[in-house]
Amino acid sequence: MIPNDLLYAKTHEWVRIEDNGEATVGITQFAQEQLGDITYVELPSVGDVFSAGDEMGSVESVKAASELYCPVSGEIIAVNEALDDAPEKVNASPYGDGWFVRIKLDDEPDDLLSPEEYAEIAQADH
Amino acid sequence: MSTVFKKSVPGREGVWPEKPRTEPRDFIDENLLRAGQPNLPSLSELDVVRHFTGLSKKNFGVDGEFYPLGSCTMKYNPKFTEEVAALPGFSRLHPMTPQLPGGGEMSSGALEVIYETERLLCEITGMSAFTLHPMAGAHGELTGALMMAAYHADKGNKKTKIICPDSAHGTNPASASIAGFDVVSIASADGIVDPDQLAAALDDEVAGVMLTVPNTLGLFEKHLPRIVDMVHAVDGLLYYDGANLNAILGHLRVGDAGFDVVHLNLHKTFATPHGGGGPGSGPVGVSEKLIPYLPISRVTRDDAGRYKLKYDYPKSIGYVAPFYGNFGVALKAYAYILRLGAEGLTRVSENAVLAANYLRKRLENDLDIPYNRLCMHEFVASACSAQKTCGVRALDIAKALLDRGIHAPTIYFPLIVKEALMVEPTETESKATLDAFVDVMKEIMEQAATDPESLLAAPVNTPVGRLDETHAARAMEITEDL
Repeated sequence: MIPNDLLYAKTHEWVRIEDNGEATVGITQFAQEQLGDITYVELPSVGDVFSAGDEMGSVESVKAASELYCPVSGEIIAVNEALDDAPEKVNASPYGDGWFVRIKLDDEPDDLLSPEEYAEIAQADH
Repeated sequence: MSTVFKKSVPGREGVWPEKPRTEPRDFIDENLLRAGQPNLPSLSELDVVRHFTGLSKKNFGVDGEFYPLGSCTMKYNPKFTEEVAALPGFSRLHPMTPQLPGGGEMSSGALEVIYETERLLCEITGMSAFTLHPMAGAHGELTGALMMAAYHADKGNKKTKIICPDSAHGTNPASASIAGFDVVSIASADGIVDPDQLAAALDDEVAGVMLTVPNTLGLFEKHLPRIVDMVHAVDGLLYYDGANLNAILGHLRVGDAGFDVVHLNLHKTFATPHGGGGPGSGPVGVSEKLIPYLPISRVTRDDAGRYKLKYDYPKSIGYVAPFYGNFGVALKAYAYILRLGAEGLTRVSENAVLAANYLRKRLENDLDIPYNRLCMHEFVASACSAQKTCGVRALDIAKALLDRGIHAPTIYFPLIVKEALMVEPTETESKATLDAFVDVMKEIMEQAATDPESLLAAPVNTPVGRLDETHAARAMEITEDL
């Protein structure tokens, strides 16, 4: 399941870019499936500034701990605090309630993948 | 099963401690004396025996059943080494003794064991010198990484990075990072290090490359000579993680292959029990050029054959452990090495490799084996097909093994294999045990195809059933009762 209205990073994050220069970021259905039951999400703080590709947090599951990369450059303006108590939202709804952060974009993101391009990567990784 | 405290019955008694012959307050400050009675359970001797015997029966151990997760802490350790370690001349020796004036002579036997164990490990690995101080494998890695940093600092090299392949043990990048290096991960090709990927990551700032040989897929790094040359060409150092040494004992000396720093896990390769968090030992060996940086103290032998501790090594990285590391563990390894000798140690690796390949071949039609070729002491299978076709994961197969009296292998590692089951039978298991394991695995995979639901419920024959690992991780709750 790879929604058509999102852009993607090679590291399995999705990005929803809005008209006001802000973006929402989460991890994909493929990523949550591979991780298995997620037990803890470590998110950055509001005000943190990242460049695309920076490590911004981590996701722990019953199988492993994995780094979370920031797919775009900008400043964190909101984090999904609900994940502190309910990390299972990422498994249940990776593109909805399981979102991770909102970012004020520095500039137009580049290097992101289209849904079709991401589908190929997810296929190859499987 | 409730705790020994809950079983307590007021007035029931087992032992009557002797009244002390001296008055504690003559020796101990008033404010350090216990004000009331200690909170000990009231039970008879038989109550206590049954309680602890009951607990021990819930244990799963290699002394009782097959444990195919191998040398990673759980292989079988011959019992004679326990007798050696329990000899009162060793077990009652105070660790301060060698540090007293003239104490070297009062502890010369123990110092000789340290000296000789180091010498034997040099002989086995082809390294120039060893330290027995590190207390376990990852401690050895950190010691090694600190020595690499000291070597480069001494030479005035600007070195900031250490390269680890993506198949590395998780402790490798962690140790390099704690030693102050940035970690660069390189992708494997066909299960082993890809020299092209390595070339792309290598530059003058690379302090070294950490390799496990054979790697965590049980595969030998066949490009090793080329890798050694490439790393040495940028004045980088080659680090050997000895976790899998029992696959090459007697057949390859890593010092001869060009490695500069090596850590061994005595508790994996040389028969010293480590399971359940018992003491480990991670000796580190170095090539000639790294000897000045070894931790202190070091044991020396003079011309008259006397052993002494020495501390005067100005370039040493200093202390990494109290006293001399886990001496009792080194003692067991010393006894094991002498008992087996060169011939026996060579047979260890041959049997370990033969057993792993036997299981791999016999199970290749039942499980996915992503790198299905001649392996070393372990192979990694995958439950991907079972997951896709019948919803049975590696975890479910592991639980089903428990139900049938076999410990689960390592699962979900290495990370580069999805739904991984890492099977390491070790050198000590008979063909009959290996065949029994194959029969059980075939039965489980058959059940996965015909009745997957029953596997999802496993285990049912164990003291506790399927645990909710996710809930345990999300909302930990500690209870006394079992």
